[in-house]
Amino acid sequence: MSESKPKLIREDGLRVDGRKPDELRPIRMEIGVLKNANGSALVEYGGTKVLAAVYGPREVIPKAVQLPDRAVLRVRYHMAPFSTTEHKSPAPTRREIELSKVIREALESVVFADQFPRASIDVFIEVIQADGGTRTAGLTAASLALADAGIPMKDLVAGVAVGKVEGVLVLDINELEDEYGEADLPVGYAVGIGEIVLLQLNGVLTVEEFKKAIELAKRGAEKVYALMKETLHKKYLSALES
Amino acid sequence: MRDLKLKVYVADRQIVRPGDTLAEIEEDGNQGFKRLPEKHVYLVNNKIYSDAYGVASVSENDIAVIPFNTVYYPRRDDVVIGVIEGIGITAWEVNIRSPYKAYLNASDAIENFNPLYHDLKSYLDVGDMVLAKIVAFDRTRDPLLTIRGKGLGKIIEGIVIEVKPSRIPRIIGKKGSMFNLLTTKTGCDITVAQNGFIWAKCPDEYRGEVLTQAIKIIEEKPHARGLTEEVKQFLEQKLGG
Repeated sequence: MSESKPKLIREDGLRVDGRKPDELRPIRMEIGVLKNANGSALVEYGGTKVLAAVYGPREVIPKAVQLPDRAVLRVRYHMAPFSTTEHKSPAPTRREIELSKVIREALESVVFADQFPRASIDVFIEVIQADGGTRTAGLTAASLALADAGIPMKDLVAGVAVGKVEGVLVLDINELEDEYGEADLPVGYAVGIGEIVLLQLNGVLTVEEFKKAIELAKRGAEKVYALMKETLHKKYLSALES
Repeated sequence: MRDLKLKVYVADRQIVRPGDTLAEIEEDGNQGFKRLPEKHVYLVNNKIYSDAYGVASVSENDIAVIPFNTVYYPRRDDVVIGVIEGIGITAWEVNIRSPYKAYLNASDAIENFNPLYHDLKSYLDVGDMVLAKIVAFDRTRDPLLTIRGKGLGKIIEGIVIEVKPSRIPRIIGKKGSMFNLLTTKTGCDITVAQNGFIWAKCPDEYRGEVLTQAIKIIEEKPHARGLTEEVKQFLEQKLGG
């Protein structure tokens, strides 16, 4: 049974969900959503909903993984079984293990882990609804949760993906565009210090397209970053008003 | 950062986030990467950035960030309240709400300690609370506690209130102003531990409850202006002038 490929770019130049090529999905963010975590955040990019929780710095268990000169950062990216259209096994897949690793490496480049030797900082990222761009939404959520937990960091990291569909570079791709598109380029960008901390490419782009895609991703990340800062600001104000 | 001429971009008590530029150093070129963990700032190329989510504290030629949320990081000579979590042959394991487990040697609490005769459990059991002082701690080993000293030891009366460790400076207040207000208005004997515990011995139960409520007000909005006045009004309303 073969499914026919849907038309991803409409005749009026807009995308399948009515967005312009360089338009983000509606984004919603909230921090401090979990009582028992030291820091937490809920991030939604359109239909993608991700929850991140940070515990620590705390004692490392098991002791064998502790590092003498810095805190060990542990990241678990996980998709809930009900997050996809088809029931997913709750056991971590190869893909989830890989994404945990790349997100951890992205966060390691901004977190000052040397302040807490022999301790651990645990980040749990739970995808509760998947509609494309879960790793980038997860990275954004994790970064907000770390800030909420008071972990010292160089900068916040904003995640956003650029894709190529029917020859057009599009910002913040959704599930459909990811599935039928020609390329997917997730980017994690620490806007304040101007560092790209996560960069993956699935598919093929020409050098020229790649440069344009990076520029597009940076512009998108700047918008996400601005929203992240606003979210952090708002929590403080609401605490004052209560 | 002292004696440096700063061009400050933020106001005192302004909210800042990791990566926010706080100030620029006007003279002296090309500072490499430098970090001041106790001030929660870092320097790159003459610019000073925040490394935490909190409020800026700007004074003459100095800038720091006070984070909203921190864990307790042990320091020598800090007075802390710990909960006994484990009992060994010669020492107790104590939870002091830090990333590191603290230890209290039995010889510190028991005269002429001998593991053959003494059962540690009969002195301090799991769940007991102690007011202790940190005698040794560095990056390579766990904090070591002592309960020898004036006022230190097992907590057997009063109430213990738990707050975020980052709120302790606000509960003490500038030159102890908030602390004095709380003690004089409630009549409680209050001990503030650096790791976010407050031990109070109050004349009656009601005063203890009012004190707990007042401390929760401080915990919820530590950076509000006029907080001391608000707490004062609250205490007067509940307890009378």
